Amino acid sequence: MADTVLEIRNLVKKFDGHIILNDLDMNVQEGEVVVILGPSGCGKSTLLRCINGLEEIQSGSVRIQGKEISGTKENAGLLRQKVGMVFQSYDLFPHLSVLGNIMLSPVKVQKRKKDEVKEEALELLKKVGLADKADSYPRQLSGGQKQRVAIVRALILHPEILLFDEVTAALDPEMVREVLDVILSLAKQGKTMLIVTHEMQFAKAVADRIVFIDEGKIMEEGTAKEFFEHPQTERAKKFLHVFSFEDVR
Amino acid sequence: MPDLGLEVLMKGNNLLRLFDGLWIAVEISLLSIVISIPLGILLGILMTRKNRLVRFLTKFYLEFIRIMPQLVLLFLVFFGTTRSMGWNLPGETAAVIVFVMWGTAEMGDLVRSALLSIPGHQYESGKALGLSRRQTYFYIILPQTLRRLIPVSINLITRMIKTTSLILMIGVVEVLKVGQQIIEANRMVSPNAAFGVFLVIFILYFVICWSVSMTARYLERKWS
Amino acid sequence: MVDFAYIERVLPLYERAAVLTVQLGIEGILLSIVIGLVCALILYEKIPVLRRFVMIYIEVSRNTPLLVQLFFMYYGLPKIGIVLTPEVCGVAGLAFLGGSYMAEAFRSGLDSVENIQRESAYSLGMNRMQAMCYVILPQAVSTSIPAFLANIIFLLKETSVFSAISLMDLMFTAKDLIGLYYKTTESLALLVVFYLMILLPVSIVGAVVERRVRYAGFGA
Repeated sequence: MADTVLEIRNLVKKFDGHIILNDLDMNVQEGEVVVILGPSGCGKSTLLRCINGLEEIQSGSVRIQGKEISGTKENAGLLRQKVGMVFQSYDLFPHLSVLGNIMLSPVKVQKRKKDEVKEEALELLKKVGLADKADSYPRQLSGGQKQRVAIVRALILHPEILLFDEVTAALDPEMVREVLDVILSLAKQGKTMLIVTHEMQFAKAVADRIVFIDEGKIMEEGTAKEFFEHPQTERAKKFLHVFSFEDVR
Repeated sequence: MPDLGLEVLMKGNNLLRLFDGLWIAVEISLLSIVISIPLGILLGILMTRKNRLVRFLTKFYLEFIRIMPQLVLLFLVFFGTTRSMGWNLPGETAAVIVFVMWGTAEMGDLVRSALLSIPGHQYESGKALGLSRRQTYFYIILPQTLRRLIPVSINLITRMIKTTSLILMIGVVEVLKVGQQIIEANRMVSPNAAFGVFLVIFILYFVICWSVSMTARYLERKWS
Repeated sequence: MVDFAYIERVLPLYERAAVLTVQLGIEGILLSIVIGLVCALILYEKIPVLRRFVMIYIEVSRNTPLLVQLFFMYYGLPKIGIVLTPEVCGVAGLAFLGGSYMAEAFRSGLDSVENIQRESAYSLGMNRMQAMCYVILPQAVSTSIPAFLANIIFLLKETSVFSAISLMDLMFTAKDLIGLYYKTTESLALLVVFYLMILLPVSIVGAVVERRVRYAGFGA
């Protein structure tokens, strides 16, 4: 049996008195690709931020390979290296080149050798089709290119799990594909991933398991086939219906 | 308890004399700003003119005033006029002249950028209503810029009040000079007066400038 | 008529004074940059207690004239046993004044860096310090450069009051010579020329940098 990479127990997150995540439990096994779906404002993004320790949680626990991540300020950095996150907005550091963005953390935080990191960075850039952009600056890249760099920047830390927070939501339609292709190929390589997305076709293609969240709770989960073809709950049906309706239009 | 030289201030009307000295500074600043506002508006309007010569001259004036230390300007006016025009300007007048020159420049630049930030269709709609150029400025453009100018002119007042400390150097009897006189007069009885007197002047300046800048900040927040 | 012989005679005096002005100015400015950076970081990181002190310091420094600060330091402090040379007073005064202006410049730069930058630094495993040094500060500094240069010009101009605590700077020299020789026009002209030589280059650099910052960004 595969190891459990991520283990969430009774997670409660409140914001200004509102309950965002309500007693949520979730496991992700090694090599698994889990896609989180749900209406906007259901707490999907907040969940990812909690897993990365960017949000304080009110109660419950978030463990990465058995180690608690929240509330442990001292080694938060160390644990965060095990969690790679790619945000919706292209969050590259504007003052550094593509290579500078990718190499900053491995060199300064993980104290790895510059040459070795550079070699790996160039290798990864080649894989995402950006070998020629190593010395460009973020402002010279398109949204899709920036997002691929952000993925490489997370990958090079060799995280145990990768979190994707609606990484294509801010992209022009023609750039969505190039980013999703990169994520698909990562899935084929057996990377453990937790993905929040609105791209239903993509979710179908990439997910080992779909988790449907609404009102801060997991309403339903199952394989992509089960979820899309035979949703169990009313909420999931309604959610999927909205999308199919939009497809028709 | 060491002698901090504070008792001097309690003697006679010494404290009152300090206040009087500071009041001169405030008076000069207020008078200068009152004169600077209309002149600054005029300069600002001139600066938005298309005429190249006018633009060059006004820009030159602005940059010269901005780059020169205020003390140099005070020297130029105070000593320069004596020599070249044979005037014997009192220090107060020289100070007001310099502060007006400075205030006009700063105000002019603010008016210029405020005018430029008003969209062109405001001018056009004035024209469309049959208003003359002057009427358009007077009824439409200026009222819109004035409100933005009030907090910045209050800010300018604080900067001026702070700068009034310099007029000591051209012989005006203001708060620092009064302070020196008090210290001199009491050299024998309270040798440490310099500490107390200058500390009090420091605090007085702070209280005045701080309250004025708080007012500016309040208005800025309220009207922005 | 302009008396060129006189100008030639007093030129070395002005040169020496200009060197003093620039030297003390640079020392004060460097110190004020350090003070400003420390204060801005304290405010940005919201460090308790220290933050209050910094806020008070900024208000006091911004709302009192340099001349009054200098008089207090030079004439007042010796009475309680703190005797400072005019040079130290000048530099300390300039740093006390400039620190708050530099702090504001740094702070607006820091505020302009979006929060997501800090978060993504964290998510790459950096700690607070690393995120500040490698990600936030470099961006903040580059946006505050125009404000920075404006402050430098302001502080160099402020050095003109040093003459009041008997430092032989440009103002002191000019006033001295006017009193001695009554060559007012020449003395004042030299005063203006020397200040222009010091301030104009900084001002031009400032104008160029401001245009570059406005129209371009990193990697342009």
